[in-house]
Amino acid sequence: MRAQYDKEHFRQHSLPTPFHPRLAELSQGSSWHCWKGHLSPAYFENVELEYFAIRNACSVMDLSPMCKYRIRGQDAEAFFDRMVTRDMSKLKPGRVGYSVWCNDQGKVIDDGTIFRFAEHDYRLCAYERQYEWLKISAAGFEVDITEQTEEIAALTVQGPTSFAVLNKMDLPGLETLKPFGIMHFPYHGGELMVSRTGFTADLGYELWVEASKALTLWDELFEAGRHHGIRAIGTDALDIARVEAGFIQAADDFTPANHTIRKDHDRSPFEIGLGWLVNLEKPNFTGRKALIREKEKGSRYRLVKLDIDGNKPAHASYIFHDRKKLAGAVTSAVWSPTCKQNIALASLEVAADHPLDDLWAEVYYQRELHWNRVWLRCRVQDKPFWNPPRRRATPPGLF
Amino acid sequence: MNSYDAIVIGAGHNGLTNAAYLAKSGLKVLIVERNPYIGGASVSRELHEGWIYTNCSYVSSLLRPEIYRDLNLAKHGLQVVPFGGGVTLTQSGDYLGSYSNDEARRREYARHSLHDADALDRFSTDVMRYCRFIRPFLLRTPADPTSFRPRDLSELFFLGKKLYELGEEELYEFIRFFTMSIAEFLDEYFECELVKAALSGSGLIGTALGPYSPGTAYVLLHHYMGDIDGNVGEWGLARGGMGSIAKALAGALQEHGGEIRTGAPVAQIRVRNARTKGVVLEGGEEIDAPIVVSNLDAKRTFLTIMDPKDLPDEVLERARNFKITGSSGKLNIALDGRPEFPQLPAGCPLLKGDLHITENFEQLERGYDDWKNGTWSKWPYVDMMIPTLTDPTMAPPGKHMMSIFVQHCPATLADGGWTPDKREAFGQTVIDAIATFSPNFKDLILHTEIRTPHEIEAEVGLTAGNIFQGDLSFDQLMFNRPFPGYAQYRGPVKGMYMCGSTTHPGGGVSAAPGTNAAREILADLGRKNITPEDFGDD
Amino acid sequence: MTDRYDVLIIGAGHNGLVCAAYLAKAGWKVLVLERSDQPGGAAITREFAPGFRVSACAHILHMLQAKVIRDLNLKAHGLDLGGPSIDTIALAEDGNHLTIRQRSIEGAQVTAAEKAAYAAFIERMERHAKALAPQLLKTPPRLANAGLANAMQLAGMGWGIRFGLGKKRMQDFLRIVGMNIYDLLDEVFESEALKGALALDAVLGSAMEPRMPGTVLTYLYRLAGGLKSTLTLPKGGMGSVTAALADAATTFGAEIRTAVPVERVLLEGGRAVGVVLAGGEELRALSVISNADPKTTFLKLVGARNLEAGFAHRIGNLRASGRTAKVHMVLNSLPDFTGLEQDALGNRLIVAASRKYVEDAFNHSKYGEYSDQPVMEITIPSVADPSLAPAGKHVLSAIVQYAPFDLKGGWDAHKDSFVERVVDVISAYAPDFRDKMTLVECLTPVDIEREFGMTGGHWHHGELALDQLFMMRPTYGTAQYRTPIDGLYLCGAGAHPGGGVMGAAGHNAAQAILAGDK
Repeated sequence: MRAQYDKEHFRQHSLPTPFHPRLAELSQGSSWHCWKGHLSPAYFENVELEYFAIRNACSVMDLSPMCKYRIRGQDAEAFFDRMVTRDMSKLKPGRVGYSVWCNDQGKVIDDGTIFRFAEHDYRLCAYERQYEWLKISAAGFEVDITEQTEEIAALTVQGPTSFAVLNKMDLPGLETLKPFGIMHFPYHGGELMVSRTGFTADLGYELWVEASKALTLWDELFEAGRHHGIRAIGTDALDIARVEAGFIQAADDFTPANHTIRKDHDRSPFEIGLGWLVNLEKPNFTGRKALIREKEKGSRYRLVKLDIDGNKPAHASYIFHDRKKLAGAVTSAVWSPTCKQNIALASLEVAADHPLDDLWAEVYYQRELHWNRVWLRCRVQDKPFWNPPRRRATPPGLF
Repeated sequence: MNSYDAIVIGAGHNGLTNAAYLAKSGLKVLIVERNPYIGGASVSRELHEGWIYTNCSYVSSLLRPEIYRDLNLAKHGLQVVPFGGGVTLTQSGDYLGSYSNDEARRREYARHSLHDADALDRFSTDVMRYCRFIRPFLLRTPADPTSFRPRDLSELFFLGKKLYELGEEELYEFIRFFTMSIAEFLDEYFECELVKAALSGSGLIGTALGPYSPGTAYVLLHHYMGDIDGNVGEWGLARGGMGSIAKALAGALQEHGGEIRTGAPVAQIRVRNARTKGVVLEGGEEIDAPIVVSNLDAKRTFLTIMDPKDLPDEVLERARNFKITGSSGKLNIALDGRPEFPQLPAGCPLLKGDLHITENFEQLERGYDDWKNGTWSKWPYVDMMIPTLTDPTMAPPGKHMMSIFVQHCPATLADGGWTPDKREAFGQTVIDAIATFSPNFKDLILHTEIRTPHEIEAEVGLTAGNIFQGDLSFDQLMFNRPFPGYAQYRGPVKGMYMCGSTTHPGGGVSAAPGTNAAREILADLGRKNITPEDFGDD
Repeated sequence: MTDRYDVLIIGAGHNGLVCAAYLAKAGWKVLVLERSDQPGGAAITREFAPGFRVSACAHILHMLQAKVIRDLNLKAHGLDLGGPSIDTIALAEDGNHLTIRQRSIEGAQVTAAEKAAYAAFIERMERHAKALAPQLLKTPPRLANAGLANAMQLAGMGWGIRFGLGKKRMQDFLRIVGMNIYDLLDEVFESEALKGALALDAVLGSAMEPRMPGTVLTYLYRLAGGLKSTLTLPKGGMGSVTAALADAATTFGAEIRTAVPVERVLLEGGRAVGVVLAGGEELRALSVISNADPKTTFLKLVGARNLEAGFAHRIGNLRASGRTAKVHMVLNSLPDFTGLEQDALGNRLIVAASRKYVEDAFNHSKYGEYSDQPVMEITIPSVADPSLAPAGKHVLSAIVQYAPFDLKGGWDAHKDSFVERVVDVISAYAPDFRDKMTLVECLTPVDIEREFGMTGGHWHHGELALDQLFMMRPTYGTAQYRTPIDGLYLCGAGAHPGGGVMGAAGHNAAQAILAGDK
């Protein structure tokens, strides 16, 4: 691990990812920001155009800054089963599972995807750094934990033509890959791993290779996608798509429990709409006792998907019951270019006696430095705002 | 003209703050200072021509922003500038830097331990929780837990509320934190010796304890609870040295009509019929005032400038038993150029911060063993700064000033008192240790001021040279500071008050004790409270 | 097996036996499982040489709770405290020893003022100890989220301290409770010999030295545990105390099985339903109570993987690394201690010449070394109890500090030289000592861990530090004898109120369990 950085590291705070040379060529806006210590573009040319690559053709985003950890050993399954809220015995080799993990107080530390490569071989992919928590959780288990963030390069390839693009890359059998499945392909003397996963609620894949093969992968991918509308996108476009999909984002829709300083600013899985990931039947996992208590006593908050009247995005708006009683606040809001809907995720305080049919957003918007306030009616949606059948079709469409 | 509404004894930063608030409230205030200059331990002095020595306290973080703003200290010339950086050098040629950029700091930790790089997040979050808990109490008067007065009960209730707001688990963790040693506390987060040693320094500075001594985790908090512009835990430099703080406070005091007399040592606080009448100066001059506020430490206040017959036995006994242990010295050095530390890469910004040369608990603990054995540390824990890398006003261009705080230097030595020879030997120990890391350091030295606890006591009047005006141990914090029953700034004689770091919330250039004491005095006079309130949640 | 037993108790240490006796007395079917071939845990009498017997760990009884003696009728079961309280004699090399009694001191040229100061000091400390004492036999409260009864207990504690002590004494209490004993003794006494002796009381059995804040609390704790301040050498050694407890427990109907090491706690659906013995045999019961130390209980018997991660991490962080060794010697005849009559040798002899002596002894242990000049608590129990040695011969039992568990270079290589240090130090007080002693047994913390299964060889099952006491003993989340594992309880010294042959933890655990369901 130590060899990763030398004393000169301070000269550049945000490191280039393995794809950086290509990103830099394409970046017209120089919209670099720091994503967990890595240079990441917010957009290349135009956010809207990049967004529509996700929904209309094939988008490619550099996912390398995601925190990646390899967990190997005979107790790996038991280790994950104790760490996360889901029943991990159901995750078979060759599959990916999405889950959250909590502290002892049943509050969410982070969410992420767990890739099961083989019986005793997993990778965890998370937005926040987890090495210390993995180490703490590993006491009593025979597992070996390795940080792989820098050594694995990753791209997320999302959009209706994403399969058509990958289909041109000599990846035999890819058409049989079901959502949350994993396939491994030999790749220039190494290995390319493809998982049918994503953060967009559209047809899409994530590609994982060792860092040294990153540029080759980029070039071959873009060559394959030449006639399928392939386009590099930045993080802003993805953020629109993920709200449409109803996916939550750490630090936006909840504060990871090990970063909260104030009481009650953390969230349980039930409170961020992820109760479906919690299996209280398991005899033990971290946070179980607290979550059982919460189930009995009730939660403090709930996360809702809101369809909001009008077209003024409700960024950071307060949500009121009946325009009177404060109910909560918006955590993420966008205008959905695909649904032509004003949508948001909001965290509401749970008040048993308040129905959810009279919610209003107090929205402030500005026109030429002139501020306006409007009350916009909100309707709670159960389903994702966007969830097309092509997302799940196997074999996927060759658009 | 020898009569005032209030006299404040000692123009340290708390005396000045206290006097400024009393003057601002409309009282006729005089502050009397024994030295020919003001500032107490917040001073800047030109002891070598062209060089300004910030020769006692040397960095600022704890100064309450509420007071800064309220007394218009910026208008009176104060600027506090963050410096960034800081590094712990190892004898093997490596180092652990504290970069001001989060990612760089994280990578620097990861260079030593990936685990510790992650753990630093958890550590910072936890310490920040405790900081957030403690900060609202800095500008409040501690409750007397044995009292049933409504005000004490309401303060206790406030305390209870804040504790409740921590949540049950955090509450236990907080109690643990308060009682643990810094070594035990850091062991629960980190695996790398160097990381632990680097972080533990804040648990020891100014304290006659070692890293394994319970109570040192709290001392760390005491050094973390300040902020610069909302960056909690960050430290900065007062432009022109810490004397700038005293100067600005004096400006505020004078703006409100307060008077300052320097070179006016107080011989005694005059008491008649169990009431203060004023003070008598060493020359015999008497100055009248119904209110006398002492900025001196509790031992000096009650055992040297008060007549024992004016005091209850209990107070005398408490004053005698007050723990004010000398444990630190200081070197101030004028340098002909910039000292080189070749183990740091060229262009590295770390030198601008606090520099350290202790790399494991054992070195720190052995330094403490030396202190216990009545000698200075043979390999001392030093907190070095080269303020001229940030503040160009303190030395001629191209030249530098170095401030070296040295921990574990006893007030009295096993083989007797301090002598000039021993002082030189102490200074040499420190210089030799630093020269191990900086080949040109010795050659650059133009002038050195060496201050053992003996000099600090003699010049500044801090008993035993204790920088906090009393140990920051459990038995001397909050409602026990300085003594149980006398922790609300009032002395045992009517009209007599305490406003120094010897009172809550203790040492460091926070100006909070002076402000809190002013609030109590104004309340006793039935005057409107004009002291600022805590900014709240941050 | 069917649910033949209501409860299984892992470990027949004194607390396990006390707990068993109370539960059996309440009509529960109790089975105690002990790994060694006799009950008693570390509170046993050990035949370390043919015909020579000695208390294996603690050798002086002063904290066994009167309520436990009474409730379990221990006198009828053979408890013999072995006569009146013995004195403490702080040894001086010149033979000018200081004798410390319950309320008085003499010798070593202490002044009348010093004697008065001692009496006043003990009175002051006992008052404070009395304010603490009621908490020893209670389940510690939780600080929040635990209902009215709990809040009442917290309020009652504050109330008890405020009204039990009054305003001035409460102020004194709140000041000194966080102090170090070094400074407190300095405030009160002149005699360094006395200060050294009292400082030793504050740090005996712990990884502390007199300058550490918290040592006044440990001193008060010791006083609170043995409010009558009587020090006795139980007849037949400490084993006779646990024998009486075992007798009481079995008389009430409990069963004790020895030589049955428990391998692990049997869990079903996250609940403790029994234990698995080393041979693989499964025993089931409605509840399981562990007298083992918390690290053994949670990390070995339950397993970290069966706990939630944060809790397991806290248990892993518990400080339980012993620094106390026990040395036993055969004496062919009584040695001649300078300035001591032979009949005075039945007392508690301590080697702690000054606070600095204690501190210097401790300093070595910080760096993984044993003390060059160790502190000691020595008894020669055969003086009063000839049954412990063949006629005319004697046994010496010494608690020796500091001997760190993780000694640099390991104990195998350094045990002999350590024993040499011990003999040298004693010889300074008894010049003919080397000629009188023959056989030596030394139990280092490593031996104590191996022999008695206590993690780190720590007598108290975990350091008695402020952050590991009361509602945080062993750690929050399991400080009320319950554990995060339903059906599993703690009853050992790792739980409140900690170590010393008190029986309080066993008593409290039984009460907590009886107050709940089986």
